[in-house]
Amino acid sequence: MITTIEPPRLAPKDYASDQEVRWCPGCGDYAILKAVQKTLADIGAVADKTVFVSGIGCAARFPYYLATYGFHTIHGRAPAIATGVKLANPELDVWVITGDGDCLSIGGNHTLHILRRNVDVQILLFNNEIYGLTKGQYSPTSRQGTRSPSTPQGSVEHPVSACLFALGAGARFVARGVDTQQAQLVDVLKAAHAHRGASFVEIFQNCVVYNDGVFDEFTAKEVVPEAQIVAQHGQPLLFGKDKARGLRLDPKRLALEVVTVGEQGVSAADVLVHDQTNRTLAGMLAALEPPDFPVALGVLYNDPATPYEADVYKQVAAAGKQVGGLNELLKSTKTWSV
Amino acid sequence: MARDTKAPPRREAREQAVIRFAGDSGDGMQITGSQFTVETALAGNDLATFPDFPAEIRAPAGTTFGVSAFQIQFGSTDVLTAGDELDVLVAMNPAALTVNLRDLRVGGTVVADLAAFNERNLLKAGYQANPLEDDTLAPYQVLKLDITKLTTDAVRAFGLSSKEAHRCRNMWALGLMLWMYGRERQATIEWLERKFAKTPPIARANIAAVNAGHAFGETAEMPADIVGYTVAKADVKPGLYRTVSGTEALAWGLLAGMRSAGLERMLFSGYPITPASALLHTLAALKQYGVVTFQAEDEIAAIGAAIGASYAGSLGVTSSSGPGIALKTEMLGLAIATELPLVVIDSQRAGPSTGMPTKTEQSDLFQAVLGRNADSPLIVLAAASAGDCFEVAIEAVRLATKYMTPVILLTDGYLAHAAEPWLIPDVDALPGFPVTFRTDPAGFHPYVRDAKTLARAWAVPGTPGLAHRIGGIEKSYTTGHISYDPDNHQQMTNVRAAKVAGVAADIPEQGVALGNSSGALAVVGWGSTYGPIHQAVKQARADGLDVSHVHLRYVSPFPRNLGELLRGYGRVLVPEMNNGQLVQLLRAAYLLPVEGLSQVTGKPFKVATILEAIRA
Repeated sequence: MITTIEPPRLAPKDYASDQEVRWCPGCGDYAILKAVQKTLADIGAVADKTVFVSGIGCAARFPYYLATYGFHTIHGRAPAIATGVKLANPELDVWVITGDGDCLSIGGNHTLHILRRNVDVQILLFNNEIYGLTKGQYSPTSRQGTRSPSTPQGSVEHPVSACLFALGAGARFVARGVDTQQAQLVDVLKAAHAHRGASFVEIFQNCVVYNDGVFDEFTAKEVVPEAQIVAQHGQPLLFGKDKARGLRLDPKRLALEVVTVGEQGVSAADVLVHDQTNRTLAGMLAALEPPDFPVALGVLYNDPATPYEADVYKQVAAAGKQVGGLNELLKSTKTWSV
Repeated sequence: MARDTKAPPRREAREQAVIRFAGDSGDGMQITGSQFTVETALAGNDLATFPDFPAEIRAPAGTTFGVSAFQIQFGSTDVLTAGDELDVLVAMNPAALTVNLRDLRVGGTVVADLAAFNERNLLKAGYQANPLEDDTLAPYQVLKLDITKLTTDAVRAFGLSSKEAHRCRNMWALGLMLWMYGRERQATIEWLERKFAKTPPIARANIAAVNAGHAFGETAEMPADIVGYTVAKADVKPGLYRTVSGTEALAWGLLAGMRSAGLERMLFSGYPITPASALLHTLAALKQYGVVTFQAEDEIAAIGAAIGASYAGSLGVTSSSGPGIALKTEMLGLAIATELPLVVIDSQRAGPSTGMPTKTEQSDLFQAVLGRNADSPLIVLAAASAGDCFEVAIEAVRLATKYMTPVILLTDGYLAHAAEPWLIPDVDALPGFPVTFRTDPAGFHPYVRDAKTLARAWAVPGTPGLAHRIGGIEKSYTTGHISYDPDNHQQMTNVRAAKVAGVAADIPEQGVALGNSSGALAVVGWGSTYGPIHQAVKQARADGLDVSHVHLRYVSPFPRNLGELLRGYGRVLVPEMNNGQLVQLLRAAYLLPVEGLSQVTGKPFKVATILEAIRA
């Protein structure tokens, strides 16, 4: 009889390193760290086979606080380094930790390409709509008019939508969570980990020092039921206190609209059912913005395809192993003896 | 006496010869030259080639900027350069003639395709009158042939379109040149059969064109001053030979180095750039030897993926040219700070900025040695010839893995494409330098160093009990934890410098390539100037001058005896294809009044240029 010895199940605290955490008191990153540690425990992650790769910024300090392998690299380039790690050893479980400036400004190109290639990693974007570590400049996700040291009269640029960017880049998994909504965030992180291929998770993270309360419009406790909608595959897209409100497709405008079930002839059947394999719907959900719409959270899109490194190694396997070795290669042309 | 039988063709013996095929980008001059090279190698001559082509892929036909050329020098004695002056110039059109004529020696031979010297082509080349008809070519022997018509006649039987028939002209010209220097045609015929295996009429037509060109030389009524030549076999070390380009030798050297290091996998990542792309192409076809290739989204991602691969226990290698290396600079700093092995190949080209992508230069020496923020030492090696690329690539892998450091390997556009005969090494006989991955968790910290090499341990993700964090932020001397301690930064800066400086004890002492270890003059070079410097020093010594050739493979750190060696000469002259970079590094390192000889024309040095400087 074969007996398999299960490794001891670890608790969230077992994934914490011995390093003192150095984020500002009250920073949303603490909550995300907690959610990630819980996720690792829940999925039974093997610390020695797990690698956290980060770029630069407040979020990028993340790997130091985990008892896994960690690589704190340079600004914007974590996806490139993570791709190399996966190509060298596809068995490793690789997570990329990034911020809005890191992911969408200096590293935008790498984000585009790691998603397009579908490298099997989890990318966690800590979006706080500000450059924190450099003391508060507006970022590529800052809303127009953001006052910051570099934009004293307010920023004039339009922000990029992280999830729409990811979908446009060809991501096969796009999800959203909020730093302080632990249960929902852990669910999303687990789904991201379960997805084979590049998983993109945007986490709304409050910067308590430079952009405090920027997401209050939909994350403040009292507005959550009306200002958020959590997408669940196969379930109607309902939200509100008694799940009375829902999203309906207006086919004439090809747009979503908010309806109340039971009012103006709206029945439960009129409410859209979330299909996580529908990229068009995912895009529509990602684009919803307050105050007219709730912010969509949860797994917006999940439609797996073969990961990049699996296809690469398929080609390597197809090339075969060279029996003759290098000496044969060196002679594989016109030669002559002297 | 009646001459009822044709006299055997006259042949004169030559020690060396230099010929250049020149035509439009679409005329197939590179493959013509390559085939002449193969036949010449098989004839037992030593040789060196210089392919020279425009950046434009298909420049408008007949223009001067669309001229593509292939030069070869071959002989019965040592041949180390493609030659200063041409003995024969094959000009497929007027543009090829006007661009290349300046390099033909007085008394040399022009072979020109009469049919291509029409009014339209003459105008495009800037000729007011036909140079084949006025006295432009008076100082030369001229073989005016209607190659177009001779080719068309030769391939008539194969049912080709006139365009297809026209494209066989290069093979006709090749056939004629093979006749002129008494080469065989068999390897070319076999190559054409393989190349056009799917279109037999094209194969047969091209073969017919080669044969017709050859037969024309053999039987035609040639002008009295046109003769054939014989070039005796070169006296070289016995063994099995092939021709090799710098790109091929580099690719194989990397694979051999990986094997010697006992590594199972190499990740080679690059981004398309001239002239470095050829290495990516070569390795992409060699996956069966353990290389995974990755065409990244940009230069930064290319080096980033290589660093990620090294971190995960493979050999990370990336390659580019000057502008791309500039983009990789910040990542080099990361590899230095995290002390990971990495090989970076820089195929230098003329700059700054885009410069002249297809033209060669050695102007990235400062960039390689010094071009990073902060105190960030790494190892810099330079390959001297196409064949040398093999050995230097192996050495780069050895030093990168032994010292846990990036190594920049400098080649250039000339080396990348140039071909030379190569004594095929026995890879099985190469010495091994197996790497050791850290597996023991006892006492492990990521920055614990080997007492001798000062290299930190290579601890790879996936190893039980060794989970740790590294990064570009300054690390505590042993634990690797983040540290802003002032004394620690001083200590880390010192140890990074000491580690790389210590490599000098692990590399050979600087030798003398030719001449004596002291004397009146040392000509010091690095990289692809080896050939012209060597030839120049050889000639100068034959003339009785006290001059020696010193050639550097290790440019950072310098070999430990270099200062002492150079002090033994009255004068030190450094020819470089840049504005004087090694000169400054040598002056800074040894406070010696080193003299420079700069040339930045996008072309290799001529032997005569260096000889003149030696005599000055």
